[in-house]
Amino acid sequence: MNKLGEAAREIHKSDYVNNDREKLGLHPLSRIFITFLYLLLVVSFSNYDLIGLANMVLYLLFHIIWYDISIKTMLKRIWPVLLLTGIIGIANPFINREVLLELEYVTITYGMVSMVTLMLKGIFCVMASYILTITVGIGQICYAFQVLHMPEEIVTMIMLMHRYLMLLIKEVERMQQAYKLRASKQKGLQFLTWGSFVGLLLLRSMDRAQEVYESMKLRGFHGKMQTSFLKSNKRASIFYIFFWGIVLFFLRMIPIFSLVGNLFWKGTGQ
Amino acid sequence: MHMADALLSPAVAGTMYVCSSVAAGYSVKKIRQEEYEKKLPTMGVMGAFVFAVQMINFTIPGTGSSGHLCGGMLLSSILGPEAGFLTMIGVLLVQCLLFADGGILALGANIWNMAFYGCFFGGMILWKQIMKKKISKKRIIVASIAGSILSLQLGAFSVTLQTLASNITELPFPIFLATMQPIHLAIGSVEGIITAVVLVFIYETRPELLWNYKENDKKKDRLSYKQVIIVFAALAMVIGGLLSLVASANPDGLEWSMERVAGTQELEKEGGIYTLTKYIQSITSFFPDYAWKQSESITGTIFSGVFGGIIVIIVCTAFCFMLKFFRKKQGRNEKKHE
Repeated sequence: MNKLGEAAREIHKSDYVNNDREKLGLHPLSRIFITFLYLLLVVSFSNYDLIGLANMVLYLLFHIIWYDISIKTMLKRIWPVLLLTGIIGIANPFINREVLLELEYVTITYGMVSMVTLMLKGIFCVMASYILTITVGIGQICYAFQVLHMPEEIVTMIMLMHRYLMLLIKEVERMQQAYKLRASKQKGLQFLTWGSFVGLLLLRSMDRAQEVYESMKLRGFHGKMQTSFLKSNKRASIFYIFFWGIVLFFLRMIPIFSLVGNLFWKGTGQ
Repeated sequence: MHMADALLSPAVAGTMYVCSSVAAGYSVKKIRQEEYEKKLPTMGVMGAFVFAVQMINFTIPGTGSSGHLCGGMLLSSILGPEAGFLTMIGVLLVQCLLFADGGILALGANIWNMAFYGCFFGGMILWKQIMKKKISKKRIIVASIAGSILSLQLGAFSVTLQTLASNITELPFPIFLATMQPIHLAIGSVEGIITAVVLVFIYETRPELLWNYKENDKKKDRLSYKQVIIVFAALAMVIGGLLSLVASANPDGLEWSMERVAGTQELEKEGGIYTLTKYIQSITSFFPDYAWKQSESITGTIFSGVFGGIIVIIVCTAFCFMLKFFRKKQGRNEKKHE
C-alpha cells in the first residue's frame, strides 16, 4: 500500500476504533495526563540507566493487553524513530569507549549503552503516544484541550483539519493515480508539473474551504465548534490518575528488574 | 526535521513548550483582531492540504532522489504568518498523534523549529519586506527560496542546540552542526523551489489568494487602455506610413479576377445612385488611390496610410464604446424586469 493509502487507513482507524476500546469510561484528560507523565519520566532517565529504563515497559505492556492493541501495527510505527535515534546515537559508541562490562569475547562500552538507551527511549515514547491516540482519538483529545482552556481557534482548526484530512488525502491519491497513468514510467512528480499539480490542489482546497465556511455559517457557526463527548466515569478517571501516577513514580525510582534479578543471581544491579 | 521525544531532556522540552506557547498566544491575539471566523475553515482545510501535499514525492531533476514540502512558508504566504503558524501547530500535532512524526513531548520544540521560523521569519520578515512595493513573479521566487532556506537553516541550528542542551549525543557540537546545516541547505533549496512554483501558479491564476496582495499589483504588470491605444497608434504609423511604400503595385485578387473576366479592373456605371455616390466620394476622399489629389508623391502615400490608420482606430474605438454602452443598458433593463 502506498503512503497515502496507509495514511488514510490510519486516520480511518483512529476515527472509528477508539470508541469501542474505552472500557472504563475514562476521561480523556486523565489519559493525556498519565501519558504525558510517562513520557516525562522516560526521558528523565540518564543516558546509561538502561536497566532502570527497561522498567517502564510494564506500563506499555499493561495498556497493550488491556486495550487489545495490535503489536504488528505498533511495530510499523517504531522503525522511523528507531532510525532517527540510531542516526543521532551512532556516534556514541565511537566517541565514548570507556569499558562498562567485559564478557568473554564481547566488550560493552558506555557509548554502546547510551546509544541503546536513546533508541529504547524513542521506542517507548512512540508506543505510549500511539496507545493514547488509538484508544482516545483526536476528537476526544480536542475535547480535553477545550477543558484545558486551549484557545478555541486552535481546537476548532485542529478538528476541521482532522475532518478534511481524509478528503484531501483521497483527492491527492486520485490526482496522483491519474498522473501515474499518464506518465507510467516516471517516479514521483516531475519538475515541470510541480506548480500546476500542487497549485490546482491548493485552489480546489481553497474553494472547498469557502464552501465549508458558507455551509457552517448557515448552520449557525460563530467561531466555535462543539466537541462530542461521551459521559465519563469520574471515579474511574481519578483512580486511574492516582494508580498510574504512583506506579510510574515507583517504576522510575525502584529498579525492579535489577531487584528481581538479584534474587536469583545475586549479581550487581547495573 | 521532526524531533523525537527521546532526543530532548524534560527541561529543554518544557522550555520549548513555553517559547512556542508565547508565539501561539501572540498569533491567537492577532487572529482575533481579524475576521477569524471566516479564516478558520480555510486554516483547517489548508492544514489538511499541507498534510496531504507532504506525502507527495517531488522528483529532483538530475539526482534521482525526491523531496517533500514542509509547508510553513507556503502557509504564511497565503494565510499570513499568524494564521499560518497556528495551522502549522495543527499539522504538527496531528502528525505526532496519528503518524508518530515527532513526539508529544517534543511538540513544543518541533513547533519552534519547523513552524516558528518558517512563518515568522520566512513570512513575517522576508515575505513582507520583499513584497512591500508590489508582488511579482520574480519577488515570489526570491522570497520563497530565500525564506525556505533560511528558515530551515535556523530550524536545523535550533535542533542542534536543543540536542546539545539535552546532553543526548556524544557528538561534538561543531561536527553535529557541520552535519546538520548542509543537509538542510539542500532540503531548504528543494522546498524553496516547490514553494516558489506553487506560489507562482497561484499568482498567475488567483493572485487575490496571496497574503498582502493588493488589487494594483497585478494591474501594474498589465498594459492599461492608454498604453494599448498608444501601441496600436504607433503600429498604425509604422505599417501605414512606412510599409505602405513597399506595398505591391499589382492588382488584388478581386481586381485580378475582374480583369480576367471583364478585361478591366473597375466596371464603369453611370446614372442615378452611382453618380451621386461617386460625387460624395470625390469630396470626402483626400487621398484618391493612396496619394495627394493630382500628385503621385511619396509623402502622399505616407500620409494616406497614417491618416487612414488613425481614422480606423477612432472608428473602431467608438464602435467598441457604443457596444459597451448598449450592453450595460441591456443589463440594466434585464435587472429591472427581474
